Amino acid sequence: MKVFWETSTFFGIFITLFFYGAGTVLKQKIKHPLMNPMLFAIVFTVLFLRLFGIEYQAYNNSAKYISYLMTPATVCLAVPLYRQLDTLKKNFKAVMFGITSSVIITMLSVLAFARFFGLNRASYVTMLPKSITTPIGIGVAEELGGYVAITVASIVISGILGNIFAETVCNVFGIQEPVAKGIAIGCSSHALGTVKALEMGEVEGAMSSLSIALAGILTVAAASVFATLL
Amino acid sequence: MKLFKQFTIIIFLSFLGEVLHTLIPFPIPASIYGIMLLFFLLERNVLRIDDIREVSDFLIFIMPLLFIPSAVGLIDVWDELRASLTAYVTIIIAVTLIVMVATGRLTQWVLQNQKEKET
Repeated sequence: MKVFWETSTFFGIFITLFFYGAGTVLKQKIKHPLMNPMLFAIVFTVLFLRLFGIEYQAYNNSAKYISYLMTPATVCLAVPLYRQLDTLKKNFKAVMFGITSSVIITMLSVLAFARFFGLNRASYVTMLPKSITTPIGIGVAEELGGYVAITVASIVISGILGNIFAETVCNVFGIQEPVAKGIAIGCSSHALGTVKALEMGEVEGAMSSLSIALAGILTVAAASVFATLL
Repeated sequence: MKLFKQFTIIIFLSFLGEVLHTLIPFPIPASIYGIMLLFFLLERNVLRIDDIREVSDFLIFIMPLLFIPSAVGLIDVWDELRASLTAYVTIIIAVTLIVMVATGRLTQWVLQNQKEKET
């Protein structure tokens, strides 16, 4: 039986779809920010693998085919962005200012915390790309000599946090302008947050998509400068 | 046939993004080049949204699902994370919150300043 798990092409895909679907159904019944279909699927897939002693590698041999669609799906984010071209043109200054400051704020706060916790240089540069999209983050962490697996983990966790709490955070801290919400979400929690931003509205989604690309590219430059500061 | 054409266009753009990623020596992923290409083609009217509408709506709709396998991969780095767990967890949570709030407020501040000037 165990051998079957390790060679099945559809097992990993199926349990991922199944738990995500179950989460979607439950979300319609339970209206709570923590009742998030994606978080639900992650938790239950992990529990399932643990319970049946299935290795992540065996699961991912099948589930990786889901991840293959990530690049084409990200490319499609150009569609909401294009639909909101006028919004972008009208608010160009605010958008550019917001995204640039977000990159500097990320770097400064990671530096401050790294000093506070007395992290070594490798751990510090591991955290620098935590808010940007995974593929760029991996590149930055590799180049600066960080622990790539932990960078990926920190990126995924930042994204999940953004996806779950973005709406609450915007409400509590009085961020009401759709453009400002989108920039805030995209800059702090990349594509995973953008999924939530798209649910909030098309302006939010478009600005969040733009932030993924720009904040990602700016971070490549900024991180190499900040890496020398610890 | 329509969906087939739409899917082919999107995969072709992803492929072009990959080609650019290989040719240009920066750690910028294929997907970011792909966004730029698609945006440029739409803006130049080479492509219309109708050419990719249904498939792009579908791919964006299922996006949360696409993150699940890599998030489940957290179980493999758990031991490494545990070494400096408090520091990592604090940084991840605090920085995400600080950046979200500060960026949102700053952007909103510039937007509102602009509006006041206009009126």
